[in-house]
Amino acid sequence: MLRADGLRHAFGHVMALDDISFSLAPGRTLVIFGPNGAGKTTLLKVLAGLIRPQAGCATVAGGRGAIGWIGHQSHLYGHLTVTENLLFWAALYDVPAERRRARAAEVMRRLAIADQADRRVWALSRGLAQRAAIAKALMHDPQVLLLDEPFTGLDLAAAGEVRALLAQLRGAGRVVVLATHNIDEGIELATDVAFQRRGRFVHFAPRGAHESAEIAEAYRRAVGAGGAGGTAGG
Amino acid sequence: MRLARAGRWVTLVGLVLMAGVYLRALAFTPIERSQGPAQKIFYLHMPAAVWAELAMVLVGLAGVFYLFLKDPRLDRFAAASAEAGTVFAAIVLTTGPIWGKPIWGTWWSWDARLTLTLLLFFLYMGYLLLRSATPDPALRARYSAVLGICGLVLVPFIHLSTVMFRTLHPAPIVLKPSQPSLPGSMLITLLFSFGVFTLLYIGFVMQRYGLSLLREELGERAAAVARGRGGGGGGGDGGDDA
Amino acid sequence: MPLGRGERGGRLVGDTLRHAWTIARKDLLLEFRTRTAVLSAVVFTALVLTVFNFGRDPTAVATIDLAPSILWVTFSFAAILALNRAFQLELENEALEGLLVSPISRTSLYLGKLVANLMFVAVVECVALPLFVLFFDVPIWPVLAPLVAVIALATVGFVAVGTLFSAMVIRTRFAELMLPVLLLPFFIPPLTGAVQATARLLDGRPLSEAAGWLRLLAAYDVAFLVLATLLFPHTVDE
Repeated sequence: MLRADGLRHAFGHVMALDDISFSLAPGRTLVIFGPNGAGKTTLLKVLAGLIRPQAGCATVAGGRGAIGWIGHQSHLYGHLTVTENLLFWAALYDVPAERRRARAAEVMRRLAIADQADRRVWALSRGLAQRAAIAKALMHDPQVLLLDEPFTGLDLAAAGEVRALLAQLRGAGRVVVLATHNIDEGIELATDVAFQRRGRFVHFAPRGAHESAEIAEAYRRAVGAGGAGGTAGG
Repeated sequence: MRLARAGRWVTLVGLVLMAGVYLRALAFTPIERSQGPAQKIFYLHMPAAVWAELAMVLVGLAGVFYLFLKDPRLDRFAAASAEAGTVFAAIVLTTGPIWGKPIWGTWWSWDARLTLTLLLFFLYMGYLLLRSATPDPALRARYSAVLGICGLVLVPFIHLSTVMFRTLHPAPIVLKPSQPSLPGSMLITLLFSFGVFTLLYIGFVMQRYGLSLLREELGERAAAVARGRGGGGGGGDGGDDA
Repeated sequence: MPLGRGERGGRLVGDTLRHAWTIARKDLLLEFRTRTAVLSAVVFTALVLTVFNFGRDPTAVATIDLAPSILWVTFSFAAILALNRAFQLELENEALEGLLVSPISRTSLYLGKLVANLMFVAVVECVALPLFVLFFDVPIWPVLAPLVAVIALATVGFVAVGTLFSAMVIRTRFAELMLPVLLLPFFIPPLTGAVQATARLLDGRPLSEAAGWLRLLAAYDVAFLVLATLLFPHTVDE
């Protein structure tokens, strides 16, 4: 479904991806933990086709049309309403014209923003805007979800909602790749766990039966005691 | 280091030979009948003009190859060629008026060659400004390649439009700065000068290329030092919200 | 049922055009919503025309001789104003990243932006031209159709290169200053052609006299439309 082979990419002298290889079958959720600068965003961008890696290749079954991207930035146009945004992005993802409005209504309902449908995006709070961004990513029913630090700037309640939503989305054979620096967020969602440090995966394994706390401890040991992750986040 | 030093020698040789060209031009080449001694500047002006244009062509070609091959050496060469081209264009734009004033009576005329060189100068300026305004090296290389290629395609259009424009507004003088047929010894001096300018181009490019290499090496060493120092603190990257 | 190569090619072109139009429509909707950009551009253009009036001495040089230059300098400024905002729209919330993650081809993005920019400049030109006629008492009625054709040809040339460059400058320092510096040398051939053709028309000469210039304009348009389409992916993709 999703596969990376020997990915290598450097920005100047900084190694962002250092021989990363893995593959994910449908239904798997990979959570990548790593400090800032570890290359998590670069990895996601390579998977999304935004960056062509200097070596190696990444393949996603279905190409860019099958990917839903949720990152720090919402990709929404402030002066358009939520509905107009959703319809625009749906058109670019080739959602059939007749289906677009119905799909937009459905997605907004699911994310509990149906009452914001005709508000301009600049008027939304951060939490609502984040939900609208997720709605946009879901419009074309992507089989692959790529999330880059989706919990940033969200309060506990909002983060909990996003986690619940992701737990729902994980079914139906989707592949989810989530990158975060905060080990305490997102660990329950994982079926596979990776620790990334300076471009390398220093750990990559199915979660197995490990408890979240165990994994958190292993992460802190693997990545080093420099205040990595921890409660400073958010 | 070696390249820059070698480049400096090449340039020095070029400059010495240039002096030789001028010795020949002033002492051994006949004075042009209608233009007088002022015409001697032609030996400097013409090859500089040709190289100003050739340098742009090379910048554009390097850009094309860069987009296919992504080799940073091509980008370094393109930057070096652009700087050399700027120098040559500046030479044309200064020698032009110096030649023109005694002959045309005005400092500037919009003749085809001067206009082309002026536009080339602006293209070079834009190219160099774009480079200095783009800090990321990979982005800079790509943008420079795109601009260089556009410049390359623009050159024939500038030729066309300046020539078409000139035919409407005849030059204030009868003689054109480029002579279709030159008597023997003038031709030899011109060719000699052209060879010297080629040498100067190579020298400039070598020096500039060498400088770029040095600068990059310095950058790498500084980054390695910074990394070494940072690595001692464990974990390397802190992991706190930026 | 698998598509034959011809059908696949046709489908590809259709998709590209459809996506381009979606993007163009979105840009126009945004511009209409905010209106600030269009209004500023229109006001600026009117001011430029006004400034030209104070710069001339009607007793020394006949207005009609200066008119083509005045018109085309004004149109060049209008084009640059339009182009400055073209990709700035996409910086908000990193929408450009969203466009690049989506399955649309980079060509659709370029074409969509091109169409939106052309329409923006066209709106400004539609206001500038009547003002120009009014301020400088220029008899354009008899030559309106060929003049509009010349304006269209030159504007396409400006905007084809301008759209490409505006995608680059958003990631450089001093973007608003960089764009005119890079773009103006590229305006010179189409500008020359446009001014010469306009002068012929206003002089009452037949358009065929300006045929050479019109060919230059057309060749420029074709060359740079093709080149910009080919080069555009390199300005946005890493």
